Amino acid sequence: MSDYNLSHLDELEAEGIYVLREVAAQFERPSILFSGGKDSICVTHLARKAFAPARIPMPLVHIDTGHNFPETMQFRDDLVKELGVQLIVGSVQDLIDCGEVTEESGFNASRNRIQTPTLINTIEAHQFDACCGGARRDEEKARAKERFFSHRDDFSQWDPKNQRPELWDLYNGKHQPGEHFRVFPLNNWTELDIWNYILRENIAIPSLYFAHEREVVRRNGQILAHSEYLNLRPDEKPETMQVRFRTLGDLTITGAVESDADTLEKIIGEVAAARKTERGGRMDDKRSQSAMEDRKKEGYF
Amino acid sequence: MAQGLLRFITAGSVDDGKSTLIGRLLYDSKTIFEDQLESIEQASVQRGTDGADLSLLTDGLRAEREQGITIDVAYRYFATPERKFIIADAPGHIQYTRNMVTGASTADLAIILVDARSGLLEQTHRHSFIAHLLGIKHMVVCVNKMDLVDWSEERYNEIVDAFRSFSSRLDIPDIKFIPISALQGDNVVDRSENTAWYEGSTLLHHLEHVHVAADRNLQDCRFPVQYVIRPQTDANRDFRGYAGRVAGGVFKVGDEVVALPSGLSSKVTSIAIGDTKVDKAFPPQSVVMTLADDIDLSRGDMVVRQNNQPESMQDIDARICWLSEQPMRPGTRFELRHTSREAKVVVKEVVYKLDINTLHRKEDDLEIGMNDIARVRIRTASPMLVDDYRRNRTTGSFILVDPGTRLTVAAGVVYT
Repeated sequence: MSDYNLSHLDELEAEGIYVLREVAAQFERPSILFSGGKDSICVTHLARKAFAPARIPMPLVHIDTGHNFPETMQFRDDLVKELGVQLIVGSVQDLIDCGEVTEESGFNASRNRIQTPTLINTIEAHQFDACCGGARRDEEKARAKERFFSHRDDFSQWDPKNQRPELWDLYNGKHQPGEHFRVFPLNNWTELDIWNYILRENIAIPSLYFAHEREVVRRNGQILAHSEYLNLRPDEKPETMQVRFRTLGDLTITGAVESDADTLEKIIGEVAAARKTERGGRMDDKRSQSAMEDRKKEGYF
Repeated sequence: MAQGLLRFITAGSVDDGKSTLIGRLLYDSKTIFEDQLESIEQASVQRGTDGADLSLLTDGLRAEREQGITIDVAYRYFATPERKFIIADAPGHIQYTRNMVTGASTADLAIILVDARSGLLEQTHRHSFIAHLLGIKHMVVCVNKMDLVDWSEERYNEIVDAFRSFSSRLDIPDIKFIPISALQGDNVVDRSENTAWYEGSTLLHHLEHVHVAADRNLQDCRFPVQYVIRPQTDANRDFRGYAGRVAGGVFKVGDEVVALPSGLSSKVTSIAIGDTKVDKAFPPQSVVMTLADDIDLSRGDMVVRQNNQPESMQDIDARICWLSEQPMRPGTRFELRHTSREAKVVVKEVVYKLDINTLHRKEDDLEIGMNDIARVRIRTASPMLVDDYRRNRTTGSFILVDPGTRLTVAAGVVYT
């Protein structure tokens, strides 16, 4: 009997692979949104397993805020080369340069919000009808109700009150021209599942996730990486600390945590004992109770 | 770590203590984080409620927080050293039947909450029936608010007896009863000192140990082909693999198999998950299978065994739950999605509509609107390879898609 019991990671993997194959089968122009973070790395790993021994039959799409950790960019380029897949970059800087979006200014300025028009532009330019991403339901309360196939209208908007019912594993990807789907193969994973899976599968991740010494700035209870993109207040002074990142987003808003976890095992121990969610370190979610829901409705990932 | 996975559904309204129970499970398993608690405490103060209102944790959408109701299925996660759990938290009111049907479709187990003071209500019957209709084999009836009936064993037994007599009409083989107080935590995670007369396990202990692997059909081999993998690279020029998720039975390398609908036979030459070769595949694994012969086989087809095949039928007897706000118009054509196959269909006849509170069949009022459950006869444009839903939840289920709006308008289960 026990021969036919699967571990929960096996079940989650089987589900994620199934979802990615549905995407390849149901859509004309699918893609994988790749941020260089651990979640999109896991989606890419699942895609590799889903289509082996063939190449992943969809391009990776990176929405580049221009405020990147150099380590992430190197990692991205190496992975794309290894997989032999196409990389498409949507550049926030390009949109700023041609005047389509205006950058926020001030000390808490962030390019988070203008990622959305960049993403929408990229989707339209390449006529993607499905974009797979690494978002998970456990990340944030507005995401707890996400579908696997999440419908977006032709303005890329999400209508949370009018979502398609999703039953069994029957995913309905039918859409009108101009509409598209965001697809979330990792919906049922938690942060701990991701880390345990990375360990089990021996998946390479950017070095930023491991504890390292870094020049940082403390702001509003957060620890931000010091970089040329961060505007320092007069009273702020960079200091060197032993930190690691729990998520990798835009350099200017992604908070680090003090940590000496320099191996996957230590990270798993830390995550299991953590009393704050991983997005607890993200300034972008702290703006209001429904900050995430509002951004998602506009087309944010 | 060899933790398994248990998916369960909780249905009910705020008054039942459902949110309190979920909050208790999440809190006692240390799944609620400081920033989440901080955020709901802040919101509770703003709304003037006493203490942290745990329902704010599950009601994630702005409209839900404003109206104080749950309008959609929310998924919650927690884990213990024994198991990982996925909770489908569905609203309990009759106008959200479709949401409960959605949550129940993927659940192994259903938790039914009964208020010890009021006993079985209409909604207890409704929720139990939906669990039965969606093929859930395990049910836990939590007799809640036992503190408000002085932990009376007699009252508890009355409710157990009443539920047993009602549930004998339903096909749910495993029903467990537990006296609890979700508010105070009795028998949820820790054993209660107030119920010395109760000898069973706590709710969490039961959830950790209930055996659900046997619910998967390991007898009837069913492999719906989802995607054909043809690398066309120098290293794998002639490779042709069939990707899919095993829907039933155990496939082994060397097995003689038959491809449907072509009826051509071949032999399984390899099974792989990613780059790893395995010697067998079973539900719910996603694998790639290669066959000895180059036969006609593509998405929507099914690999089975010669002596055990699904029914090939064009006239389907089904129970459907109508999900759309637009009522069903008789004679409308739909697109049916079943495993990896699609077909044009028409609903030929509504046999009866069910009053899901009383389980009475209504044969004079056959208009189907949102949340209605009905027995229908469907005619498909091409033969479908189906099993009875009670035997296989994957090959026995389908959805109907409106060809105009492209929306999912109905969910159905097949009775053969």
